[in-house]
This record gives sequence, structure tokens and C-alpha cells, in this order.
Amino acid sequence: MMASSYNAKEEDGHHSGAPAHGGAAAAAAKSKKPDNTAFKQQRLPAWQPILTAGTVLPAFFVIGLIFIPIGIGLFVTSNNIREFEIDYTGVDVDSPCYSCARNFSWNNTAPCLCSVDFTLEQPFESNVFMYYGLSNFYQNHRRYVKSRDDSQLYGDRSALTNPSKECEPYRMSDGQAIAPCGAIANSLFNDTLELYHIDSNGTRNTIPLVKKGIAWWTDKHVKFRNPGGNNNLTAAFRGTSKPVNWRKPVYDLDPSDPDNNGFINEDFIVWMRTAALPTFRKLYRIIQKKAVTTPTLPSGRYVLNISYNYPVLSFDGRKRMILSTISWMGGKNPFLGIAYITVGSICFFLGVVLLIIHHKYDTRNNSADIPN
Amino acid sequence: MNAKAVVVDGVFKKKERHVKANARDFNDKFSYADNRIKTSKYDIFTFLPINLFEQLQRVANAYFLVLLTLQLIPEISSLSWFTTIVPLVLVLVITAVKDATDDYFRHKSDQQVNNRQSQVLSGGSLQNEKWMNVRVGDIIKLENNQFVTADILLLCSSEPNGLCYIETAELDGETNLKVRQALTITSDLGDISKLMDFDGEVVCEPPNNKLDKFTGTLYWRDSKYPLDNGKVLLRGCVLRNTEWCFGMVIFAGLQTKLMQNCGRTNFKRTSIDKLMNTLVLWIFAFLICMGVILGMGNTIWESRIGRNFQAFLPLSELQSSAVFSGFLTFWSYIINLNTVVPISLYVSVEVLRLGHSYFINWDRKMYHRQTDTAAEARTTTLNEELGQVEFVFSDKTGTLTQNIMVFSKCSINGRKYGDVYDEFDQKVEITDKTACVDFSSNPLCDRGFKFYDGSLSEAVKLEDAAVQEFFRLLALCHTVMLEEKSEGLLVYQAQSPDEEALVTAARNFGFVFRARTPETITLCEMGRTVTYHLLAILDFNNVRKRMSVIVRNPQGQIKLYSKGADTVIFERLDPSSDDLMCTTSEHLSEFAGEGLRTLALAYRDLDENHFEVWMKKLLFASTVIENREDQLAVLYEEIEQGLKEMLTTTAIEDKLQEGVPETIACLNLADIKIWVLTGDKLETAMNIGYSCNLLRDDMNEVFVVSGHTLLEVQQQLRSAMEHIHSLSRAGIAGDADKSDMFADDSAFEETVIAEYALVINGHSLAHALEPQLEHVLLDLACLCKAVICCRVTPMQKAQVVELVKRHRGAVTLAIGDGANDVSMIKTAHIGVGLSGQEGMQAALASDYSFAQFRYLQRLLLVHGRWSYFRMCHFLRYFFYKNFAFTLVHFWYGFFCGFSAQTVYDQWFITLFNIVYTSLPVLGMGLFDQDVSDHNSLRYPGLYKPGQRNLLFNKRQFFLCTLQGMGTSFLLFFIHYGAFFAMAREDGSHFSDQQAFAVTIATSLVIVVTVQIGLDTHYWTAVNHLFIWGSVAVYFVILFAIQSNGIFGIFPSHFPFIGTASSCLSEKSVWLVILLTTVVCVVPGLAVSFLRVDLFPTLTDKVRHLQQSRRRKRPPERNPRRVRRTSSHRSAYAFSHQQGYGELITSGKNMRTGTVSPARSPARTQHSSNWMENILKRSNEVSCISDEQHKAATV
Repeated sequence: MMASSYNAKEEDGHHSGAPAHGGAAAAAAKSKKPDNTAFKQQRLPAWQPILTAGTVLPAFFVIGLIFIPIGIGLFVTSNNIREFEIDYTGVDVDSPCYSCARNFSWNNTAPCLCSVDFTLEQPFESNVFMYYGLSNFYQNHRRYVKSRDDSQLYGDRSALTNPSKECEPYRMSDGQAIAPCGAIANSLFNDTLELYHIDSNGTRNTIPLVKKGIAWWTDKHVKFRNPGGNNNLTAAFRGTSKPVNWRKPVYDLDPSDPDNNGFINEDFIVWMRTAALPTFRKLYRIIQKKAVTTPTLPSGRYVLNISYNYPVLSFDGRKRMILSTISWMGGKNPFLGIAYITVGSICFFLGVVLLIIHHKYDTRNNSADIPN
Repeated sequence: MNAKAVVVDGVFKKKERHVKANARDFNDKFSYADNRIKTSKYDIFTFLPINLFEQLQRVANAYFLVLLTLQLIPEISSLSWFTTIVPLVLVLVITAVKDATDDYFRHKSDQQVNNRQSQVLSGGSLQNEKWMNVRVGDIIKLENNQFVTADILLLCSSEPNGLCYIETAELDGETNLKVRQALTITSDLGDISKLMDFDGEVVCEPPNNKLDKFTGTLYWRDSKYPLDNGKVLLRGCVLRNTEWCFGMVIFAGLQTKLMQNCGRTNFKRTSIDKLMNTLVLWIFAFLICMGVILGMGNTIWESRIGRNFQAFLPLSELQSSAVFSGFLTFWSYIINLNTVVPISLYVSVEVLRLGHSYFINWDRKMYHRQTDTAAEARTTTLNEELGQVEFVFSDKTGTLTQNIMVFSKCSINGRKYGDVYDEFDQKVEITDKTACVDFSSNPLCDRGFKFYDGSLSEAVKLEDAAVQEFFRLLALCHTVMLEEKSEGLLVYQAQSPDEEALVTAARNFGFVFRARTPETITLCEMGRTVTYHLLAILDFNNVRKRMSVIVRNPQGQIKLYSKGADTVIFERLDPSSDDLMCTTSEHLSEFAGEGLRTLALAYRDLDENHFEVWMKKLLFASTVIENREDQLAVLYEEIEQGLKEMLTTTAIEDKLQEGVPETIACLNLADIKIWVLTGDKLETAMNIGYSCNLLRDDMNEVFVVSGHTLLEVQQQLRSAMEHIHSLSRAGIAGDADKSDMFADDSAFEETVIAEYALVINGHSLAHALEPQLEHVLLDLACLCKAVICCRVTPMQKAQVVELVKRHRGAVTLAIGDGANDVSMIKTAHIGVGLSGQEGMQAALASDYSFAQFRYLQRLLLVHGRWSYFRMCHFLRYFFYKNFAFTLVHFWYGFFCGFSAQTVYDQWFITLFNIVYTSLPVLGMGLFDQDVSDHNSLRYPGLYKPGQRNLLFNKRQFFLCTLQGMGTSFLLFFIHYGAFFAMAREDGSHFSDQQAFAVTIATSLVIVVTVQIGLDTHYWTAVNHLFIWGSVAVYFVILFAIQSNGIFGIFPSHFPFIGTASSCLSEKSVWLVILLTTVVCVVPGLAVSFLRVDLFPTLTDKVRHLQQSRRRKRPPERNPRRVRRTSSHRSAYAFSHQQGYGELITSGKNMRTGTVSPARSPARTQHSSNWMENILKRSNEVSCISDEQHKAATV
């Protein structure tokens, strides 16, 4: 590029008499004629598609014809999914959790309890999934997202006692490393939800909630690991301190089940998978279908008992409990079905419009007007 | 570099250079440069620091360095350091490798030159030394055909009088031999012992780059001798026709004039480059805007929501205030969104251009077999500009014409020879297959000579007196020098190709010019050796336009043979031959009409007494000092009167380069305006203009501007303008409204239907280029189809180019082959050099070089067009892709509290531009073809979009960024809608950030890949590999970096473990991806379909045609045959120099010692002058300097 214009080879030019090396034959063979390869001559065989009415218009129709049925299928599937949602934040005065929400203080040792009644109009036939939903909760804020130490959660001993700087300001407490460190862990959702069915004679039947199997397999088995051997978690976490907002240390998250305790507690794992949007739901419990004949949740009256530990009012957040069944395409999601139907129709319509335009104004087929 | 003579003891003036022969100690004091040259920039140790430093000076690299520094601030860093450093390192490494290879080759070439052998006189004998060890002050010996080692002062040579001949092709491009002569006082230092004792001291100017100027003084034995350019051999010249010579080194190595002339070539930028830089600035401004918006958003968010959210996300101490947090976020977003100014853009563009250059180098259709020259892209940065050329400035000699003269026709005594007739008396067109006359009976013939009309050799054999006399004249009346390499192998050294053609013709017809002494000319006439006494040469000059010789034949008759321009000869004919004159004159017009250069010949017998008297007068006149030239001219005139006896005319074909008329016609169809700038005469230039189809008889008007004063020129230009205006006004008189359009020049230009041509000569051009006239000139010239400027100096060539370049804003291309074209080649946007006959100077200064003018057609219409097309598509797609990729962050900003959280995985950001999407777009940029090369040439109209800048301009940029923005918008919001409430098939929540990131990234990769698939017109296997390969590589890498293994090793760098597998196993994710792809691609598809369908461009039509013809092989098209029109145009071009007659009669250049010196006082007088004269004159012709140009303008 910036080369000086001087070059010895060119100084020699074609005057360089007989080449010292090799004879005339060698010189003749060393012709500068470029090789005759398809690549060098830019003659590589190639497929040369061009946009013609014959290819583009059918494409539009095909897209339309494929998308509309898919959309309808999605829409119907989505509509068949039962979903029930209840907001228990306690914003209004007449809501049962109003006082819990108002009187919240971080120093309360005793949980504030409240219960919400609700009625399911229709029975939930298959397995029911119970979610908690949070709104206006910025789990995707950059400072929040990065405030964790994956090495620590992976059971790395050195990271356990010396967590990453990213965890600031939830890195150290009273000179001891916080385990698990960081803002995400610190803000672990800690409301406890219990569900009761009230049958026709007024008795409350506890509905069994399964708390395992709610986390992703890789998270539970690979990404999260307790430090040291599993036998004694208390010992493994010695020298660390609990997160500031937590009521109990990490090794006490689920003392009843060693496979669900410490870093591999599934509620904890679910929380640590941060949400993409400020309004989100996370899986809380699963209600297994017991018998083939009876619905998992028959229609009727229910009571939701909440131990209210998690303050959201300060930032205008909302807490919800959601009950939902699922289908082959996951949870209830009307968006996809509608989008598919819309796009399919638009494509089809566009195809028709283009077809009309093409027939009315086509100019290209008379290529006679190419100036020669 | 310019090491000035160092002041050693205050005695020497700083600006002088002192060199003493054979005194290394003395010369060492000044520490002059030695003869080692170094063009390389680095060595092994300095490469890394210097190269790195140079690279980081580039704006783009510096920008990324700044970004990198920003990323090191934890409060700001929204991306890990590796997202920037990986691409940056990659870019730096690629560039460094390229620089290193370049430098390696420079090292090699330096080494090759430095290790050449030379013979240096030292210690009493000649020693072989490497070039690099030659020092200033050394005396070295050069042998025939050797390169001159350094700039040396000629001391003596094997030739008499210390003469030596050199070829300066490498320096100034001229192939004719030049004479150098040593000082008389040193010319007899022929043996080594004398040279050993030589201790002269040269005081001269410091090193400079003026090739035609040298001033110095030699101090030797207490005398002073002035030195000038005629005594110096410059490095780069080749010694010719001289067995050996000795010289003393004055400048060595980097201080030689050759090296001083090798300045860094100025860096040319293409218009796309400039546009790209502007656009990058715009993007940068856009980036800052986005940063400001998002930063402000952050401030608002922090003060409204973030403040309340502190229970879960406390502000750090640094970000105590919302405003400050906004400020930091601004920088974070600058980092986040930096990919809109992609670092890989510049490097990809470089790679593309390099690839296009290789395609030019590899093109067999631009390879010239005869000279074994392939086309060469010497600059790799200008390719796409080849697709936008509007003006071509061409040299004539050697570019349009071959500068090879061929004797093709003659008319002797009223009979025409040279045409071939078939049995029906029809003229046959001469082709390669036509049988030519067999000269094998003549042992001395030149095998290269071809003549097709057998009747002429018949006439010679029949001993037709007129024909014999004709060839005798050709063999005698010339100034050709002869070299007989071996018995019968004659090499003619003619100073003009016309003359060589004539003498060679005579030679083949049996009148062989065998030998020459100052007094005799020996011919071999039909096998008999005949010696003529040369009595006088009446030399050529520009006024006389003829030359004559007076000889005494063996029979004792004195004859004057004369040849010259037809008009001049006709005037001096004896009235008795009027009839003959008419016929001849007819033939002459006919020849001229065919584009041949014509010449008339005549002779007369001289009376012994008359001649004696005249000779005395001549001798007297030549001793006169005042007005000698004038007096000689009068005498010449006197004896050249009354020519008769025979009148013949010869026609020499100034052979056009192959395919020139076809090329010009084709370029004209592509709306490329061709201007011919030549040093030739008006007539010659016009003649060539006609023969190469630039000027045509059916043109409405050919304006000839040849005024000598400013006023005249102005008037001529104005009247030409008037003429055009009035004509076109008449043409559209019916439409009264249109007359308003004259106000608007560009609109007016469109309305000119008539074809005009402008011919302007150098004098007029000097005036026309002055500020007050240049606009008139330009306007007029741009209305003309063809413009020919003749008699222009190299400087003016450059000025004309500059004029167009400056005022038209059009891309200009200059093509030439000689040193006189260098200025023009360097001035134009694109310089093309023909690496042909006239040395390498033009090719060295050029950006592209090849062997033949006709390759220009392919270079522009095929390679240029493709390059431009590819580059534009590449850029459009590149900007689209980066906007689509980056702006997702912008939309996400509104949903993540303006916190500069990235949507994608950091590794995805790192690899997106350099791995996932780089190869498909590079593949498109390298291999895409909208129409085949065949059709590009067939429909020159396809070239026009490039000239009008249609494929990539600000509007196109705006559209493609808009498309990118739209895509990013759709990408984000479709995923937003889908993920708002989404659960996996096993019921687990799914709207988490990592799943979101992987889905949106996958959608993005698929969308941009589908888009490039739609944008690719030419799917070669490589494109398939790149496109499918990239998608495959994306998934491979995706799964690799989200695998358990790599997470186990670096848990904190690969936190996305398992996301891909959980995510991509969901049907709903694929439904989202499909939806996104269709939604993002379909609108673009519909728009481009509509455009092609409703408003097809020529390209679309040709593509369509090409498609439908694919099945049946297109019929082989006969090449566009352009018939030249013929009309009467007599031209006379005689590229002679004055002074050679003198040289011959003085005997100075004769090797044989038979010349008895100083036979007459007149001759001595002559001989003392001839050398200066000839040097002076050759300088006048070859070195047209600025001074002369200025003189011409005054």
C-alpha cells in the first residue's frame, strides 16, 4: 500500500540477460501466463437464482398456507390451556395481605401470614404447575445480573471464601465471605405458598406440592454444586456468612432433604436463573396428577396461605401466584398463535397483491428493449 | 535521507558535495551514503513495535483501543475485555502478516540488488565487489549491457573520444540510446595504472531528484573542468553498444537520483473509501445519540425506579447520584453499541480488494502472450473505483499506437504498390493469412518484414529504373546507424521508427544498407556491393521538414536524394513533373485516408561544377559563427530546388495497438469519455483519432482550437460553444419551453444529440487552462464526444486531468506507457501503465499495468464493474447486518432499566462479526457476479450505474441501515412477545435471560444468513460452503461454549451452560425463530421483487436474458468490427531529431579508426559543436520541464 515505488525486480525488468539458474527451457516454462482454473478465471460453476414471479409469488403463498394453520393450531392449543392467576401483593386496603405488605420490616423474625381465597371455575385436568410471578422487578439490570460468582456456586472452595468482586456490595459481611454472594442471591424470593382445597363440606385439604424437578437439569446437576463432600453442609460452609437479607444460612434452605439443600436447593437455583424481562414468573411447585379419573385440581374453592416475607411495594412491584397446565408447546402463550395467523395472512395477501401488480404492469418479459 | 555534505572543518560550504577519486579516507570524512539500498521498513527486532505503532495510529484501531481502555473501568464495562480484544488482535495480526510479507519481499529484492557484482578498482587491480560495498569515490568498470551501479562520472570508455551509450528506460522511459561523453582530459585514462593515479576531486550539488540536471566541477591537476549531465551515468541506466567504460562514483545508494526519485507513492483513496469514512462518522454520531438517549433514560430510571429498588439492588458508592449513573451508562452503551462501527469492516474491505486484485492478476484474458505480460494490480486499494470511471485520458504513442512503423504501401512513378488484388481485381483485405512476398532469396533480409504485393519485388527484379532508384534513395537518405552483430545479422539503430521502417524495406527489396563511414555509404544492391561517397547531409529540422543527402555514385555522378513532407517536397519539384504530381498526390490522399503516415521522395542530378560552388559556400557558411543555422538553411534550400526525375511517395503504417478502435467504441457505449493527450503534432493526432474511431466523419463538427494568444483561444472556444448551442436550439426549436434549459448546464448536456469533437493544441491549451478560460474549456470539452489535445507537455497532461478531476467530480483514469505520462498517471484517480515497449517508468508509477490498451475494456467493464458491484453489495449488507445485530441492545435498554445489560452472550458478541457472519459476506464480496463477463462486455450500458454512484450512496446507506434497524426492532419485539409468558414443555419457567439471549442470537444468525442468501446472485461452491458452514459453525460453537466441559474449566466465563440444549430442544423456540426469519426477510423480499418486476434495470434485464439463454449455449458472437471511415486527410509525421546528420559526417560515432580527423577546418568546427547540439536538442525533446511549460503560457 505504502510501498516505495522502487523495486529491484523491476529494475531488472526484461533486460536481465540469461538467468544464472536454469536454462532457457526453465525460463520458458516459467511463463507468467495465469493458470487456467475455473477459480482464477472466475468461472466457477454457480447457481444463479433470480427473483422472478415464478419463484417469489409461490413462496408467498406457501408461507401463507403454512403459517395460517400453524397459527390456528397454536392459538387453539394456547386457549385450551387452563391458567389461573391471583395477585396477592396487598395493595388495596381490602386485600387480605394488606397489613402484611404495609407492616413489612426486614427485622421481623416471625413471618407475617395471610391467606387468600379463590375459586376455580373449571377443573385442571393434567399436571398443574404453580408459579410465582413478580412485576416491575428488574432481574435483568446489569448490576444485578453480574452480581454473582459462578465459581462459588460451582462449589469452588477458594471462591467460597474469596468471592468475586462482582458480588459487591454483597461480598463480605463482618469479615466473612457471603455464601452465596451477590445481589441475586441476596434477593432470593422467600415467600412460602401453601394451597388448600376446600371441599363441599368445608374441610381444608392440603394439596401436595412437589418442590423438586422445578429446576433445569443442567443447573441442578452441573452448574450448581455444594462445596466439599456432601456429608456435612454445615462444615462445608464454615467460615462463610449468610446473605444479608436471608433469615437462615444457605445450608438450612431445606434441612429435610440433603439433595435439595445448600447451593443445589431448587428454589434457589430457579431464582438464580435471572429473568429476561422485568415482569416474569418462576416455577414454584408442581401439583402431580394422582389418578386418571379425577382432575388434579377440581373446580371449587381454594385457599392460598402465604407467609409474607418478600417486600415489593417499595418499588411498586407486584406478586402473583399462577396455576397453569401446559401443552406440547409449553405454557399459555396467545402471542405466537396470533402472530402466526397475522403473518400468514399478510403473506398470502401480499402474494395476491404482487400477483395482480405483476400481471398488470409486467415489463421485463419483453427483453427486446435491451440496447445492444 | 537527504544526507547533506557534512561540514567537516568549516571550509566547505554546506550545500556542496566533495568527492575525491581513489581516496576513501578523504571521502569517509563526509559519511556519504554507501551503495547499499534499503527499501524495507522493518527488521526482525523492530517489526513488532514499529508495526504495532503504525497500526494503532489508524483511526479505527485507535478507536478500539480506546474502547478497550473504557472496558477496563469496572463501573463502565458492560462487556468483557475479550469482546473487543479478540477482534482487535485478529485485525492487527492479519494486517501485520500482510505487512510482514510485503516487507519480506522488499528485503529479498534489496538483497538481490545489493549483492550484484561490480568491478571496483582497488589496490592496483580490478576487484569484484558486491554493489553494496561500492563507495563514493571508487572507480568502477562497467561492461556492455550492465546496469550502472551508482551515479558515476564517466571517465573513459572503449569508444573513441570517451563516448558511451546508455539506455535510460528505467529512469525516464525512453528506449532510444543516449550518448554520454567523458571529459577530453580523462578520456585517455584507458588503463588501470593511469586510473589508479587519478586523484581528481569533484565538487557538485547535493543529492537531488532531477534526472536531467547535474552541475559540478572536476578539479584535477590544478585545473577546473565543468561537469554537466552529459558526463554522468545514472544508476538505473544500462550501458549499451559500449564494450566497457570506467567511472567514478559520485552518488551512491539512497543518494542516487534514481532512489531520490522513488518517493513514497501518494496514497490514493477511492470515493467509496471517502464515503465510507463519512458514513462511519455519521454512525459514530448516531452511536453517541443513542448513548445520550439511553444515558438520559438511565438517569430517569434511577431517580424514579432504581431509587426504590435499592433494597434488592443498592447503588454503589460511585454511582451515588442518578445523573452520574446516567453518565457512566452513556459510556457503557458506547461500548455495548460499538459494533455498529464494526472493526472488521476495514479489514474485510482490505481483504476484498486484495482478492479482486488477485483476480485481475490471474485473468488470462488480460495476459499478453507476445510479451509474456500478465495484468498486474499494483495498488490493491482502488479496485471498485474501476467501476466508476467517467473519463479516460490516454496517451497516444505506445498506448493507442504500437509505435512500430511498418512500410506498407508506396507509389512509384505513378504506380501504386502495396494492395493485394484477387483474380477478379477486387481489393483483398490483408489478414494474417494473406501470403506475403518471399524474400528468402535475399540473404540479408529482415525476417520480420512483411509485404504482400508481389508486383513490387517483380519490378525490382525486372530492374525497373524508377523502382531501383526508389529503394536506392531509401537506402541512402537517412541517418540510421548500423551494427553488424555477426556476418549478415544487421541491426539498424534508427532515431525514428519511420526511418527504420524505410531502410528495412529497402533492405528486403535488395538494397541493403551495409556500412557507413563519415564519407561513404556502402550498399549491397541486388547482391553487388556498391560504395557511395557521402558528400553532404542536409539535415532534418522542424522548419525544413525534409532531409537530403548528396552522394557521388561509383560512376562519378553526383546525386541529391531528398525525402520529406509531401507539401514541402511538392513545392520544390520541377514543373515538368506536374502530371506525375497529380497522380502521386491522389495516391497520397488515398494512403493518408487509410490512416497511413506519408512521405514524399525525390532526387535530382547535380552538376559537378554547380556542386563545387555550392560546397564551397557551405564550407564557408559552416565556419561562420553568427547566423550559421540560417545561412545553412538558405544554402540547403538553394540546392534542393528543382527536384525531379522521380517522384514517389511511401506510406508507413503507424500500427494501432490491437483492438483499439473496438475498445474505444465499447468504452464510448459505456459513457466513458476518452480524451487523447499526446505530444504529437495536430495532424498526426487527428489522423490517429480517425483511425482509432475516436473521430468519425459522421460527426457534426470537429472543432480545432489552435490559437496562439489568450484572446484567440477564447474566441475559438466561445464560437465553438455558440455553434453547439445554436445547433441544438435549432434542433428543438419546436419546443419553446425547452430553451429555458440552457440555463442549466447539466440539463443542457443531456439535450445535445449531435456529436462533436474537440482538438486543441498545446499552445492553446496553455491559455485555455488559465483560470478565466478553464470553465469554458471544460464545458465545451464535456459536450464533445471526443477530445484530443496534441503537443502537450507532461505537465499539461496532468493539468488537464486535474481540471476534470477538480471541477467534474468524476472518476478519472489515465493510461499511458511512457515517462511523459507519469505525471498524468499520478494525478488521475486511477493510473494505468502499459508495460510494453517504452520501459517501465509508467508502469512503475501506475496503479494497474498490463500490456495492451484493449485490456482496458476488460479491466473497466468486467473487473471494475464487478469490484464496484461486489463492494457496494458487501457494504450494504455489512451495515445492515451490524445494525440488525447491535440495535437489539437499544430496544432492550427500555426493558432493563437502561443498565447497558447486553442481550447476547458475550462470546456471541465477540464472535458474531468475525466468525459467524464474516465468511458468507466475504464470499459474496469476492465471488458474486450479477452478469457474466461476457455480457458485461456485450452490454456496456451496464457500466453506467457505477458512474452515477447508484449502488452505494448515502441514500442506499440510509436504506440499508433502516432495514437493519427494522430487523433489530422485529427481532427484539417478537421475542419480547413470545417470552413474555413462556414455559417449557416440562413446565419450568423459560423467560430467563440466557434462553432469551440464545433464542434471539440464533434468530439473528439465521435471519442474516437467509438475507445474504437472498443477496447472493452467484452461488459457487465456496458460497455454499461459507453460508452453510457459518450456520453450522454457529451451532457447533454455541454447543461447545455452553457445554459442561468448558464450564467445568472456566465457570465464571461460560455461565451459559446448558442453555442451548434446553432451549433449542423446545418446539416453541423454533416456531419463534421461524416466525422471526419470515417477518424479517419477507418485506425486503417483496420490495426487491417489486423493484425488479416493475422497474427493472438493465442489469436485471440482462440477468433475465442470461438465465433464459443458459440452456442453449449462446452463439459465438463475432467481435465488434469497427470499420474505419476514410476520407482525405493528409498527415505527415516525421519524428526526427535534428543533429544526427552532423553526428554522422563528423565521424564521431564511428568505431572504426579510419576517419582521418580534421580533414577540413569546417569539419573540426562542426565536430566541436555537434555534441553539445545533440545533447541540447535531445534534452529539449525529452525533458519538457515546467520552465518550458511556463514559457509556453507566457
